[in-house]
Amino acid sequence: MLRSLGHSAPEGLFAHLPPESRLNRPLDIPDGISEYEIIDYFKARAAEGAVDYASFLGAGSYRHFRPVVVDSLVTRGEFLTSYTPYQAEISQGVLTAIFEFQTMVAQLTGMDVANASMYDGSTATPEAAMMAMRITRRDKLLVAGSLHPEYNEVLDTYLKHLEAPRQQVKYDRESGQLDLADLESQLDDQTAALIVQSPNFFGIIEQIDEIAERVHRHGALLIVMFTESVAMGIVKPPTAADIVAGELQSFAHPPSFGGPSCGVLAAKGKFIRQMPGRLAGETVDADGRRAFCLTLSTREQYIRRAKATSNICTNQALVALMGTIYMTVFGKAGLRELAEQNIAKARYLESVLRDKGAKLEFTGPYFNEFVVRPMQGAAADVNKRALAKNVVGGFELSGPLEGAMLVCATEMNRREEMDRFAEAF
Amino acid sequence: MYPKDYRYTKEHEWVRVAGDVATIGITSHAQDQLGDVVFVELPAANAKLHAGQTFGTVESVKAVSDIYSPISGDVVEINEALIDAPEKINEDPHGDGWLVRAKMANKAELDSLMSAEDYEQYIAAETES
Amino acid sequence: MIKKVRPHQTQNEPLIFERSSPGKFGYQLPELDVPVVDPQTALGAANVRTEIPHFPEVSEVDVIRHYTRLSTWNYAIDLGLYPLGSCTMKYNPRVNEFVARLDGIAWAHPYQPQQLAQGALRIQHDLEMYLAEITGMDAVTLQPAAGAHGELTGILMIRAYLEAQGDARKTVLIPDSAHGTNPATAAMAGYEVKEIPSNARGLIDFAALEAAVDDSTAALMMTNPNTVGIFEEDIAKVAELLHSRGAQLYMDGANMNALVGWARPGDFGVDVMHLNLHKTFSTPHGGGGPGAGPVAVKEHLTPHLPLPRVVKDGETYTAITQAAGSIGRVRAFYGNFGVLVRALAYTLAHGGNGLKNATLDAVLNANYIRKGIEDLYHLPYESPAMHEVVFSDQRQTKQGIKTGDIAKRLIDYGFHPYTVSFPLIVHGALMIEPTETESRQELDLFIDAMRSIAAEAEADPELVRGAPHSTRTSRVNETQAARNPIVKWEPPASQ
Repeated sequence: MLRSLGHSAPEGLFAHLPPESRLNRPLDIPDGISEYEIIDYFKARAAEGAVDYASFLGAGSYRHFRPVVVDSLVTRGEFLTSYTPYQAEISQGVLTAIFEFQTMVAQLTGMDVANASMYDGSTATPEAAMMAMRITRRDKLLVAGSLHPEYNEVLDTYLKHLEAPRQQVKYDRESGQLDLADLESQLDDQTAALIVQSPNFFGIIEQIDEIAERVHRHGALLIVMFTESVAMGIVKPPTAADIVAGELQSFAHPPSFGGPSCGVLAAKGKFIRQMPGRLAGETVDADGRRAFCLTLSTREQYIRRAKATSNICTNQALVALMGTIYMTVFGKAGLRELAEQNIAKARYLESVLRDKGAKLEFTGPYFNEFVVRPMQGAAADVNKRALAKNVVGGFELSGPLEGAMLVCATEMNRREEMDRFAEAF
Repeated sequence: MYPKDYRYTKEHEWVRVAGDVATIGITSHAQDQLGDVVFVELPAANAKLHAGQTFGTVESVKAVSDIYSPISGDVVEINEALIDAPEKINEDPHGDGWLVRAKMANKAELDSLMSAEDYEQYIAAETES
Repeated sequence: MIKKVRPHQTQNEPLIFERSSPGKFGYQLPELDVPVVDPQTALGAANVRTEIPHFPEVSEVDVIRHYTRLSTWNYAIDLGLYPLGSCTMKYNPRVNEFVARLDGIAWAHPYQPQQLAQGALRIQHDLEMYLAEITGMDAVTLQPAAGAHGELTGILMIRAYLEAQGDARKTVLIPDSAHGTNPATAAMAGYEVKEIPSNARGLIDFAALEAAVDDSTAALMMTNPNTVGIFEEDIAKVAELLHSRGAQLYMDGANMNALVGWARPGDFGVDVMHLNLHKTFSTPHGGGGPGAGPVAVKEHLTPHLPLPRVVKDGETYTAITQAAGSIGRVRAFYGNFGVLVRALAYTLAHGGNGLKNATLDAVLNANYIRKGIEDLYHLPYESPAMHEVVFSDQRQTKQGIKTGDIAKRLIDYGFHPYTVSFPLIVHGALMIEPTETESRQELDLFIDAMRSIAAEAEADPELVRGAPHSTRTSRVNETQAARNPIVKWEPPASQ
């Protein structure tokens, strides 16, 4: 092939590169290794982790059972090794699945429209905030103090240069829910939106309707964010919200050290043209048969460039497909039963921790996570004792909650594990 | 093809004047370049137009085009039919596909616009380059 | 003649909602080993939803059949050449999938104690080291979730760096051949965008750039090789010019598959760049993600790297979550860690020499295609091609055939089309990137198909204009989809 192009040596293909740009030594990377050795390397890394430990960590990344069919389907090469479905005629598989994903996310969140996915919940949140600023043409943002702290940091990174004033709304120290009086005092006619998480970082379900009524009275938008999608199987959807941003990792993706996961963004129908990201839409083909294609693309960077609603291009399609299959497998009855199991497991954990004298920090209704303070010593001491029993304990909190921890119980936590964890208290 | 009593801009808008009210649209050439129009964003019914500045957008599946106002004035009417039937811009760009009507602030602005003949020469030259 | 494919049957399949029937289910949960709790009591009746309206109710076999059938409606790398320019659709090794699913990796929680996360942290550290060596840069962050996210991270770092010197500046310069993500990113980072024209050879117009750079210029965002597949030979001079005016050079690394092992951005003056692991480092595209967009920087930008940072001290790896000067977090946790695992597996498999060979094959394949069809398709730029080649439809438009038509006809020949109508500086562009994955056999079939379509465009333009003819879905009406957006399924009115 080289010779057919008139080159006698491979270097010829790179001869036009300016000499000062050329790398004139081999890369300082060891020689390639075989598949067997690659697996060995990663097995060694995996063994350095918390294999065979029970875990009560949640805090935005959750452990839920993954039905086997999910991987059977998503590892099919036609899903795994295709790309963004720009050529609709040979991408109907992924387009149809995206359409189903959008539908299920809308059904789950109580919104009219959902996009094809965002990177994750933490980046979907600032995108939702910017969307609200475009819609309202206002620039002040209120952020619930019970938002996931890392999400808050990401919000800060995205927005700090935009001269958009951001104010924190307190949570009620007793219930753990948003302090409605504090919200009321900060809302004004410059407020673009309130961002509130529900269940919030402490696992507590917020009073969405009461919050929405106050936010809307000032012409602002309500953005509801969630990190634990399993809650959506039983918790009333935030239909009063204008935009819902969230994280679907719980639906079929293991924690994977925090990523990849699957961000979602859903909204009221009238805001569809201000949404970031891809959308699949229904149409017909030349023979009048139902077909799907990417649509409303003029919102996107590859057409509107500097004026696009976002710079997002590649999203999390394969993880969204995992979520779609997961929602389909569990279905209407399964998601509810799953959520009920999570509620039951968390209540059992609460009871055995209370038996050891630990106290819940908040009184508000929680889903599968709660903040607990040990009777004696701090969370860190408990976690240390738990580790010795092959248990990874809860997430240690700081600030006013110093000494307490956020614990999570899912359908994967057996009773025996919870009893073992309680012994560390 | 291009009505003689209209005036035209380099950005491919047309304007037709009756009394002190100007009707504005995009030219047949513009809609042809754009392809099937799928969405139109128009100003509010009481907006002010400024000659040479954008007042809305016309979108096809794969392109967005800003609309520049040929004249200055106050919008008195927008073509609401386009909201449900943007294809009118493709079907009848110089008639039913009009975008807005505005009360003109300064009729002298018309003098700087092209005649139909000039415009046809202008697009012929543009296509060749 | 169509040699690569012949039609075969595909199954019809409704939407999952239309397959649904009340009472069917495909899940199994174990018996609860703890007391049952009434959700109304636990959450309060007002917080409990009645049901999820119209959610699917199907069996496990229904699920398998449904998604298997859908999958057969997709083209994929596993079926053959997928020459989307700028997307680097190379083979996705399956060992990468295997190792990403090992229990200790897939089930690692981002908050598990760091002494029990040494493996996960080391994976990141090892990959960062390799990427720094490949790019010739001083430090790497693996946090960004995709290329565009990496761009935002990089531009925010430039902003932080300039701000620390007293002035964040106002403008980001971007060549007119750039990906749309570049201007969209600059706007998101609060910068105004100024476009720089390309010259007659498809390269950045240096004189125009010189005239445009001033005290308000924060950075130039440049792709190299650029989107026309040509190496920007003035790149070192460009870097010098920017630096002399206090501005930074950002490189979009989408086309890094042309350079790995042969040239390093760090050596030709780039200050900050991103890589697309789902392009250059073989992680699966998955129908549109997940990707990963690591950002590599020179020493002077390292204080501004996002958090967390993984550092090695002796034999211990630690994630640092506080650092003065950092732009902060760009994403929760550790980025798309599972994608990083796959990219490291790819790097280990190839080693330094293997990576260099892959680049050679990628460039060779692109030039082989160029040579194979350049007598039939208009080549707007004669400059030597790197890993991709851009043609235009100029000759075929005489018969009324546009790049989009040729693309659709390629489908009938059994190939995924190239990238259509991009870059914007080439009217009617055909942007072809074969990658190193393809054998000469597959390339010859592609060349053959392109030659055959060129002949059809002359002899039977209607045949090309009406394509594709052999797919289960004929040409899709995108206009109707945009005029009347239907973005979710609704139950029939009678229900």
